[in-house]
Amino acid sequence: MSMFDVFKVAGSAVSAQSQRLNAVASNLANADSAAGPNGAVYKAKQVVFETQQMAADGAAKAGTESGAAAAVGVKVKEVIEDQSPARKVYDPKHPLADDRGYIQLPNVNPVDEMVNMISASRSYQNNIEVMNTAKSLMLKTLTLGN
Amino acid sequence: MDKLERNNSLDRALDFNSQALQLRARRQSVLATNIANADTPGFKAQDFDFATALKRATSDPTSTTGAGKRGVADAVELKARETIQPAVDENTVDLDQERTAFADNAVRYEAALRTLNGQIKTLLSAIQG
Repeated sequence: MSMFDVFKVAGSAVSAQSQRLNAVASNLANADSAAGPNGAVYKAKQVVFETQQMAADGAAKAGTESGAAAAVGVKVKEVIEDQSPARKVYDPKHPLADDRGYIQLPNVNPVDEMVNMISASRSYQNNIEVMNTAKSLMLKTLTLGN
Repeated sequence: MDKLERNNSLDRALDFNSQALQLRARRQSVLATNIANADTPGFKAQDFDFATALKRATSDPTSTTGAGKRGVADAVELKARETIQPAVDENTVDLDQERTAFADNAVRYEAALRTLNGQIKTLLSAIQG
């Protein structure tokens, strides 16, 4: 157990948050990717976070309750696809329209995605700041006795 | 650290502050864990009481030489933080609280560091004259 754990923990959080940001980017980029009657329409992707044991002592496994060791990082457990139905938009002139004139658009909600983006960005910044603080503390510790 | 080293008076002189510093480092990593898991569903924010932990780390239940002292790891008793507004996903991290505690602990870590540094300088000047 040392200050290096701070880097491991905050680093795992930073990479998890950047994965979340990736999912947001993917969702927003495909928000208007239309699909025809046969083609599979894009489904919004969401990352699911899970705690991840960092310390070597193995005192606790992921997700256990009290008594867990201090250094617990984050990892992306899985990426799930939103199973809600695709949006149907009436656009008979669209080349992908079905015989009733509808095209299918992804079930991406841009408002949700923007909120997700801001939240991921803030959490990312928080963890970078944690790393910066830990770094300056460690550098000062290195000069101990001088 | 074995008994011989612990009985060294130089070592004893620095012991209190070094324990304090290690506990501060430990708390820093606990708080970093809370901040890292601010978005993890079901995560319970944890913390420990520094004063109690320091007392346990430096008090010696068996002897006065310091040989039987507990390590820093044993002295820390992690407790789930009491929360005012838990999230719907049962995450209990309050980022404002954690960030405040983190900044506070960083300053106190530095304070402990300076005290230790001063103590080392005092001892050095006593040795070197």
